[in-house]
Parts: sequence; structure tokens; C-alpha cells
Amino acid sequence: MSPDATMTTTAIEKPGGPTALRHDPGAVRGPRRRPGRLRTLGLPYLLLLPALVLELLVHLVPMLIGIVMSFKELTQFFIRDWGTAPWAGLDNYAVSVDFHAPVGEALLNSFLTTCLFTLLSVGLCWLIGTAAAVFMQETFRGRGVLRALFLVPYALPVYAAVITWAFMFQRDNGLINHVLHDQLGLTDSPPFWLIGENSFVTLLVVSVWKGWPFAFLIVMAGLQNIPREIYEAAALDGAGVWQQIRRITLPSLRPVNQVLVLVLFLWTFNDFNTPFVLFGRAAPEAADLVSLHIYQSSFQTWNFGTGSAMSVLLLLFLLVVTGVYLTVTSRGRKSADA
Amino acid sequence: MRRIRAAAVGAVTLSLVLSAAACGGGSASGGSGDNSRPKSLTYWASNQGANIEVDKKVLQPELDKFEKRTGIKVKLEVVPWSDLLNRILTATTSGQGPDVLNIGNTWSASLQSSGALLPWDEKNFRKIGGKDRFVESALGSTGVEGQDPAAVPLYSMAYALYYNKKMFAEAGIQKPPATWDELVATGKKLTRNGKAGIGVEGSNLSNNIHQVFVLGKQHGADFFTPDGKADFTSDGAVAAVKQYIDLMAQHKIVAKGNAEYAQNQSLSDFAKDRTAMVLWQTAATTFKAQGMDDSEWGVVPAPVRSGKPGRGTAVNSMVAGINLAVFKNTKNIDGAMQFVEFMTGDEEQKILNKAYGSIPPVTSAQADPAFNTPALAPLRETLATSAAALPQVPEESQFETVVGTAVKELFADAAAGRPVTTGSVRAKLEKAQQQMPRK
Amino acid sequence: MPSHSRPAPRSPMAAPRSFLWSRAVFLTLLTGFVLLPVYVMVSSSLKPLADVSGKFQWIPSELTLTPYRDIWKTVPLADYFVNSLVVAGSATVCSVVIAVFAAYAVSRYAFRGKRVFTVTVLSTQMFPGILFLLPLFLIYVNIGNATGIALFGSRGGLILTYMTFSLPFSIWMLIGYFDSVPRDLDEAAKVDGCGPLGALFRVIVPAAVPGIVAVAVYAFMTAWGEVLFASVMTNDTTRTLAVGLQGYAGQNDVYWNQVMAASLVVSVPVVAGFLLLQRYLVTGLTAGAVK
Repeated sequence: MSPDATMTTTAIEKPGGPTALRHDPGAVRGPRRRPGRLRTLGLPYLLLLPALVLELLVHLVPMLIGIVMSFKELTQFFIRDWGTAPWAGLDNYAVSVDFHAPVGEALLNSFLTTCLFTLLSVGLCWLIGTAAAVFMQETFRGRGVLRALFLVPYALPVYAAVITWAFMFQRDNGLINHVLHDQLGLTDSPPFWLIGENSFVTLLVVSVWKGWPFAFLIVMAGLQNIPREIYEAAALDGAGVWQQIRRITLPSLRPVNQVLVLVLFLWTFNDFNTPFVLFGRAAPEAADLVSLHIYQSSFQTWNFGTGSAMSVLLLLFLLVVTGVYLTVTSRGRKSADA
Repeated sequence: MRRIRAAAVGAVTLSLVLSAAACGGGSASGGSGDNSRPKSLTYWASNQGANIEVDKKVLQPELDKFEKRTGIKVKLEVVPWSDLLNRILTATTSGQGPDVLNIGNTWSASLQSSGALLPWDEKNFRKIGGKDRFVESALGSTGVEGQDPAAVPLYSMAYALYYNKKMFAEAGIQKPPATWDELVATGKKLTRNGKAGIGVEGSNLSNNIHQVFVLGKQHGADFFTPDGKADFTSDGAVAAVKQYIDLMAQHKIVAKGNAEYAQNQSLSDFAKDRTAMVLWQTAATTFKAQGMDDSEWGVVPAPVRSGKPGRGTAVNSMVAGINLAVFKNTKNIDGAMQFVEFMTGDEEQKILNKAYGSIPPVTSAQADPAFNTPALAPLRETLATSAAALPQVPEESQFETVVGTAVKELFADAAAGRPVTTGSVRAKLEKAQQQMPRK
Repeated sequence: MPSHSRPAPRSPMAAPRSFLWSRAVFLTLLTGFVLLPVYVMVSSSLKPLADVSGKFQWIPSELTLTPYRDIWKTVPLADYFVNSLVVAGSATVCSVVIAVFAAYAVSRYAFRGKRVFTVTVLSTQMFPGILFLLPLFLIYVNIGNATGIALFGSRGGLILTYMTFSLPFSIWMLIGYFDSVPRDLDEAAKVDGCGPLGALFRVIVPAAVPGIVAVAVYAFMTAWGEVLFASVMTNDTTRTLAVGLQGYAGQNDVYWNQVMAASLVVSVPVVAGFLLLQRYLVTGLTAGAVK
């Protein structure tokens, strides 16, 4: 993905224009009123139009309305007619970032939990995905079956997968405690997984289980782009498999990882489905991810103004992180290339 | 050049936003409905039966009956509890909702404050046969006191103490407990061999609220001041919450695993002879669904601190139930009224409440012997004499969320073996209170 | 051991023992981790209700197919399934077509605002869904009021929403893929008399099939599993599976065996389709995402 790369090849549509004008089966699109060159200039916009309209309708305009909401006192008294909701100025933001009061404190706690969770989840997903892809780079018997198997978590509908995990993590009747406590005798008493501190672990396990196949898929694709000759050359130099992996495979995956980690980060950070299905409407503090927290702050307490302010703060955070990340990694890449 | 373009794009987007925001929610005209669509109604029913399909089977014949009588076709949608409040919320925001809907009666004041529901003034009540047809306690849970109710009662329920006869017999207990002291003593006798005295649903926020509210009443505490301010940290409230948690923390008559229960697992434990008692509202149909015969369990009024259940600090249940409300911008106001009249009429009240194992909030329908069985009599008695409505304040749903969560977390502490003290309970409630909207 | 019929992509030398052992251990553990919930799903779906609401047992005390019969009665599963198929299917088709057009424009033309477009579209990946849930809902209702097109509560509204959700990633992936299709090919087609759209459909799209399949699978999965928007924007006639499956947690009890049976029934076609297309998926991602 690099818009700059395509910019450099501007020249091509100039010959394309007149050719199209001469041979265009005009029946395809209505009567032409403009000269061909102009129409060709308009063509890219025409092609973008549907995407643009959809993005405006579903993403951008609602988001801007959401930002407007964050400056309003939008509680149950006013939701019926938003126009009458009084402007709240920065009050909603003030409440959200007042870390000495419970609302702000809870948000901060939830935010930090989410950061830690995202860090661990993305890290583990990447690690497992990469390891699996590298191990499966070579053909061996059963590789196809395994590969198909490994994609199952990604292909299962989220709800079905997560509810199964919830079933397994029940304290009294779940499989996890049956194994840990009853069969292996590792714990004195069966621990809780869906409430209390352990819920963080639960969430992490489920999230990694669901997320790593995506990393696997992408890394697997990335490996196909590494030319075989490099390995052969390395082998001739006497590099063993482990060395090949360290010196060739992993460095070659850098550009892939740049994108993969970013996408995983954004998806994991904003994940709502997993904690929602796992914990229902009140997530335990230890697993109170920020998306669920905001949902609770707006839908459960009917305070959409504060909820929106929290979302806007979250959005700003993600924008900054993404910006910094892209700047840093691109610079790293450029200097590596140089 | 680029800057100008950006500005232009910005301006266009902004105007889009403003126009969208300006008409946002504007569809709610504030009037009280009209009759532009007189031949049809949309009805959102809450999930009362074992599952949604059961509800449809119960309700559809009645709706057909209504159509035959009035010519109005009622389109039924049974909304699962997990979605109901959100659906009502979005309907309120957009002005696009059903004509008639079920609401949990504890939501009455919250929804009333949004102004989306038709107020039941004298005139409207007259259209459905008058206010005095309804049981008084049920009417107490239809909105803020002193305002016209936001809904009318449809099904009533009350909490009572269900006990497992077999387990009682095995432990040699003759008489089910009537006070909390007796309950704890009885519970201790029953708690043995991996079986527990009483079950709770520690992660079910609403259930937690119902229980601590009643205990609060018994300690002379309301969770709101008379002028509607949150008051979660009074000595009475703290004592109430602590008493409930202590069933697990101190007396250990609740199995630890109950701390994570939120999907009625305690009833399933009861039916499997693993828990001897539960405090529940109209559990009969559930026990049956779990394969437990009616003869295997008994039911008595929920415990009080001392003496007999009654008013004031002798309250032993919240007024549970479902209310029927009319959406203010219905396009068939007359039809909606007819439908409410039909649903709250004696005939339908008997049919529906029998089907759901609940009690009619309509006095004349209560007389039916079907509601005087050993299973239902204690509930009916409780409703009539010793049940109190949850605080009728607009912030009720916030209250459920924050205090319900506090209780859930305290149960988690107790289950993990951490000490639950008056101090720790007060701290949790303090935090809950500060999360309430400032007034 | 690597089979010698086909050349191994990495090492022409035999892998050392340490590598083979770590591989065996790692892949075995991973397989266990992946399969554990699948096993629980399958075995629980064959147990009677009493089994699943009691202590976990590895082996069912008795096998029963009753859950598979009951799932259709507890919840209108077939309706939900059709809804999900229609919604996810339509969203996928529309999203792919729109993404192809947009990616073609970005990949093959220079125009003002291109950078703004790509950056904006990509940045929507960052929006927390909760921020625009309610506004979007309002917009749909207002469009409905103004034009009579029922978006809210209809499948149409959900389709529109989901196709937009998958657009950013799809466009971005297809740009990468189209960039990898040599320009000479569509230039040649244009010389041969194809218009710009002709070149797109006759040359680029056929060359980009794996990328398009990968994007389609992604779009489908996004729509198939979404919970938040579906729970607010659907009613009982348009409810999708992701939300509808919650119906098995009824008033009285969670029918765990039915939940598992229903989850399996709805997963099998999707997983099967997914696995059939997985070959394309890897190839598609190879050229698209990881360039």
C-alpha cells in the first residue's frame, strides 16, 4: 500500500484517454457531452463515488455527529429530541479525564487494561502465527490438513466460538477447571475464570485463539514472496535452518509485520464482540476493555454524551499511536533500505 | 489549492452533519399520537416463557382473538431480554418504535423521564376500565410518584423462598425458615457434602439489586433520598449489602461458584438437589422445565428480620413484574388503547398469567382459584401485603448497573476468600454512588 | 520429514533434529489449543441437557441427537440463518464490487485528493463502533422518514453498514494487488480497443481473482460475526445469527447443548466454504496485503 508509488506512473492515462475515446463502445455509458480528456479526468472520481458515498454515510458523518454528541448533555431526558439537549461544553471530557473521581478512574483503569491486553494479545498472536507459518514453510506430510485446521478459529462465527469458551471457563462445570483442578490437581480450589482477576487471562486466551490464525495467514502469504534463491545461497554458505530463519526469513518479513501488527493492534484494541459475549453486560474490572466500558457508560447508564466523549478520546489516542507507529516504522524501513 | 479543496470538503461535510443533526430525533413531535394507521398495531412482548417460541405460541392465539373482535391486526415481536432495553432506547431516540410494548416494571421511571411513553392520566385510565381495577402495589411500580404512570401493570411477580423438600427431609428440618436468623441456621444444617444451603445469582445485576433492595428496606434504608438523590452509603444500605454477601462470606451457606452465576444456574442447582433454597420470583415453570415435579418443592414467604412480613421494615419482596406501555407517537392511538384494555381485561389476565405462572395485577382476575394454589398463594399474599416497589427514580437503570456491579464484585471477593468487611462494602458503595450522574 | 517429491521452499539441506523436534512439539500443542473448543462444541452438542449443566465430562454419558432437533424449535434458527446469508452475502458482493472500482481508480489513475481518500478510508478502521452506532441509526431513520426507504430494521440497512465496514481493508488490499498486475497488460487491452472499464474487467479482475476472493472472504466473515450493530438494528424478522444464537440462553436456563449444536450447524457451511477458498486466500494475501 503506497499511494506514492502509483503517483509516479501518472503518464499512463494520457495515452489511455484518446484511445478510449476512439474505441469506446459508447453504449456502455450514456451520451457523452464532454470531451474525452475531461471525462477521463472525471473517471477516477466516478469510480470512487460509491465508496466515498458509503464511507460518508456510514463512517464519516456518523462519526462527526458522534463528536457533536460529545459536547452535549445527552441523557435519557433528552434522547427523544436531541435538539433540546443542552450544550455541555467540555463537561463530558472533564468528567472522563478526571482521574481522581470514579468515572475517570474507571476509564483510566479500563484504558490501561486494554493497553496491556492489546500488547499481550497482539504479541502472542504474532508470535504464534509467525512460528506456525515458519514451521510450516516446508512441506511435510499432513501440512495441508494442519493448515486447514488452523484456520478454523478464524472461520468460526465469533459468537459461537466465544460462547464455547465461556462454557469451558465456568468454575464449577467447565472443562478448564475439570482439567486443572480435578484431573491434574494443580489448584487447591477451583479458580474463577469469568469473574475476578483471572478474567484477564480468560480474555487473553480467547482473543489469542481467535486472532492468531489471521497472523498465520498473513505471514504465510509473506513467506511466499521470499525468493528461494536466497535460501539456496545461504545454504551453500553453510547456514543451517535456524540461521536461515534468523538471517533471512525474519528480516524479510519486516514489511509484512509492519502492516500486520498495526491491523491486529487496531482490531484488538477496538474489539467489542469478545468481551461482550464472554462477560455480558458487566465485565469484571480486570477485563474491562475500553470498548465495552464505553458501551456500558452510554447504553447502560443512558449517558450518550459522556460515552461519545470517551470514544472521541479513544479515537484521538488511536490516531496518535497509528501516526507515530507509521512514522517510526517507515523511517526505520527507509534507513534499512538505504 | 489543496487547502481550498480541504476547506470545501470540510464545509460540505459540516453542512451534511448539521442537517443530519438538526433532523436527528426530530421525528418525535411531542404530540400524543394519532390514528393515521387504524388497522394495525405493533407489539413488543418481553420474553416470559421458557423461550421465544413458547411466547409466540402463548400470545398469538390471543392476538388473533383481538383481531377477530376489533379488526386490528397486531404484529407481534418477542424481544429477548438482552435486547429489550437497547431496542426501546433506540426506538425512543428515533421515534420509530412499536405501538404497544412490555417493559420491566423497574424501568418505568427511567423510561418515563425520556418522555417517550404515553402518560396514563385519568382520561386514559378510564378508557381501560379505571385505575382502581389494578392492585395497588403493582401501580406503585409504574413511574415516579406524583406523576401520571408511564405504563399499566400486566403481569405481577413477587419473591418468595423456594425450598427443596427432599433435601429438607434428609437434613431433618421440619419447618422452612421465616426469619434471616432461621434461614442462616437452617442453611448451615443443609450445607454439607458439597451441597449448599441457599443459592444466589452473584453476577446477575438485576437480581442482586432486587435482593439488596429488600434487605435495605428491612434495615430501614432506601437507596435514594425522598427527593431522588442517590444514597447508597447509609448504615442501613451498607448493612443490607453486607448481610447479603455474608451468606457466602461469613455463613458460608452459599456455594462459592454462585458468584459467577448470571443465567439462572442456581435454579438448575436447586432442581438437581445441590442447593436447598432459593429466593426467587415465580420459579414454578422453571422447575418444571428442569424436570422437577411440583411436589418436590415448597414455597413460603421470603424471610424478614423478625416477626411477620408486612410494611415498613417487614417488607420481604420487591414488586416484580411486567408493565404494558403505549409509545407516544403511535399511529393508532385508539387501537393501542383497545389493545391495552383487551390485555388487562379479566379474561386475558387469567389466560396469560396462568400460562406464565405469574399473578394478575388486576384485582378481579386474582380471584380465580388458579392463583390460589399452594405455589402461588404465598406470592399473591406477599404482593398484597409486604412487597415494595423499587425506587421510582429516573436513574433506576444506572442504580441497577452500578450497585448491581458493586454486589457482583463483592461476591467475587467473598468467593476468592478475601475478607468482606463493613469498610470494604462501604467503599464499593461509595464508588458506585460517585458513578451516578451528578444532580 | 520433507517429502522429496516436491522441492522444499526453504532449505535444500535436511533439517536438523532440533528443528524437527521443536516443530513437532509446537505444532502438536497448537493443534490441541485450536481443537479443544471444537471438541467441546461437538461433544456437548451430543449430550443431554443434564450432562451439560452438570460437571464437565470428556465422554458424554449418552449420545443424543435431540439438541439437533430442538434447536429449530427453541429459536427460529432457519430464519436467522437465511437472514445472515442474505445480509453477509449481499454485503460481500457489493463491498467487493465497490472496492474493485475504488482500488482500480487509486491504482491506475493520478487525481487530486487521492492521498486524502486513501488515508481517510484507512483511518476509519480506527473508529470505535460505539461512537457511531447511535448516529448511524439516527441517519437511517431520518433517511427512512424523508424518502420512505426503510433502512433501519431492514436487511438493507444492515447490508449497507456491513459493506462499509469491510471496505477500507478491502480497498487497501486490492490497491496492493492491482499494483502488482503489470500495467502493460491493461495498456495492451486499451490499445486493443477496450475502454478503461473493459480493461478493468477483462484484464485486471481476472488477473486479481485470488486477491478478490481473499477480500470477499474477509468481507463475509466481518458481516457474519458482527454483534453490536446487529443487536440494535434488527428485529425478529431480520435478526441475524450472531444475535439470534443468544436466544438459547432463555428465561430459565442456558440450553448449552443446543447452543453448541446450533453453533455447529451454522458454522459448518461457513468453515467448509472458507476451507475451500483458503488456497486463494493465501495467494490473494501474498500479492495484496503483504507487498
